[in-house]
Amino acid sequence: MDHEIPTDRRYAESHEWVHETDAEGVLRIGISDFAQDELGDIVFAELPREGETFDRGDQFAVVESIKAVSDIYLPVSGTIEAVNEAITDQPELINEDPHGDGWLVEIRTDDDVDHLLTAEEYEEQI
Amino acid sequence: MTTDGITPDGIPSTASSVLVASTERFLSLYWPDIRVSLRTPPLYQVHRDSGAEFTDFGGWEMPVSYAGISTEHSAVRESVGIFDVSHMSELEVRGPDATALMNRLTTNDVRDLDPGDAQYSCILNEDGHIIDDTVVYRDPDEDAYLFVPNAGHGAQMTDRWRTHAASIDADATVTDVTDDLGLFAIQGPDAIETVDANAAGSIADVGRFSAVRTTINGVECLVARTGYTGEDGVEVFVDVDRSRELWGTFEDVQPCGLGARDTLRLEAGLLLSGQDFDPETEPRTPLEAKLGFVVDDSKNDFVGKEALSIQAETGPEELLVGIHLNGRGVPRSGYGIHHDDERIGHVTSGTMSPTLSEPIGLGYVDADYASTGTSIAVDVRGRQVPATIVGQRFLDSLVDTDETDDADETDDADESDDATHETDE
Repeated sequence: MDHEIPTDRRYAESHEWVHETDAEGVLRIGISDFAQDELGDIVFAELPREGETFDRGDQFAVVESIKAVSDIYLPVSGTIEAVNEAITDQPELINEDPHGDGWLVEIRTDDDVDHLLTAEEYEEQI
Repeated sequence: MTTDGITPDGIPSTASSVLVASTERFLSLYWPDIRVSLRTPPLYQVHRDSGAEFTDFGGWEMPVSYAGISTEHSAVRESVGIFDVSHMSELEVRGPDATALMNRLTTNDVRDLDPGDAQYSCILNEDGHIIDDTVVYRDPDEDAYLFVPNAGHGAQMTDRWRTHAASIDADATVTDVTDDLGLFAIQGPDAIETVDANAAGSIADVGRFSAVRTTINGVECLVARTGYTGEDGVEVFVDVDRSRELWGTFEDVQPCGLGARDTLRLEAGLLLSGQDFDPETEPRTPLEAKLGFVVDDSKNDFVGKEALSIQAETGPEELLVGIHLNGRGVPRSGYGIHHDDERIGHVTSGTMSPTLSEPIGLGYVDADYASTGTSIAVDVRGRQVPATIVGQRFLDSLVDTDETDDADETDDADESDDATHETDE
């Protein structure tokens, strides 16, 4: 099955995406179309609180589908600037619009994203 | 992200290459290491061509979903869906002592069965623990029994039946016919109508837990009004060589995989062999599992009877309960159940109910806390999420089963007020 892989962002091997926001130093993070498709119907998301700090590679969220539980990892270190409250009540947004309304958190970070995969590289991986 | 299939023993096993591996591991974990050479159902290629995702279950590579679990689940609750359950085992027992042998090795009394009748039953070890659950069919036309153990249990049960027959000098022939038969479940409020539109005889006239031999679209088959979804419907046994024709007859019906099968059975409070009971990892008697209604202790000796009698005197220490989570989260197999900071049990099955959009589960708790309405907490990855003990039949709309009514009278240790179990197959 073909999956959307927007070229305006970077990807982690573990299927998270990272996208710049209008605010400098703030990155928006979610899971890829491929990831949501593999998980199937998502029924629950456990998100961090604003202000929590994490290191790169930390598990910061949990997404559950009917059939499985998935830990989500931060591709960059930093402080949680915002969480997507909409998916608390509508976790299916992650299925419906994984690269848009289904985003998970925004993080304030000093890290760059050069270590992450380009869309092209990510496509080769999946 | 890394994804954990939920293991029955609650130990999340993390894969390196997460997502794909997790899907395959889902539901499969309590059958260790049979994946060397997975068996495939007769219609494997048909399912693959229709875009199904597969999972390893009981040594079989089976479709886990086609259109998505929620879609398939809704089809069965609202109209009709069809499942390929050819991974289930089938054993045939014939001979002058077939009845005696069946009654020694299963808990229900097969003498209650008229030709064409079916009954839900348990297979116990000497400790009274459930090795498997099954539906026993008395053949409508021939002097024979057909029973359906769970996937991967065919060889074990064949051996068990034959060994036991030899030990009591019973004249009975036991044949594993798993590879000779395709098995399809057509389930949902529109199932009977759907089958009747294609069947020679009227299935609507067949009672719950009864079976007839008829033809569907010209294909000879045994049609039983049984199922594992909580809905009305049938299970159809067909010669393996005619499987494709039969499946093709219902090409307009939503195909459903093991994922929806699991959420449907869970909402109906039906147990899953190997997960809600297992002789090794979750040893449970029928009394603990609230399956006392399939134990007929008025009949002569059967394997496990003595252990059950002893337990019936004092009552089981733990009981199966339904669990409703009141906070955010999903109960999963292995999660602890607490009451006032004391661990009183654990979850064996759980999901976000697709019908209710509520987190539900089954588990065992200390019998002192098993009453409906008791407030508990489920340990969801370190968070104590408030929950309530509820009846294990999570939906009000499920079909009633005639089968359990009279059997229930024999059950004095069963504290369940909801004799609602259908076939577990």
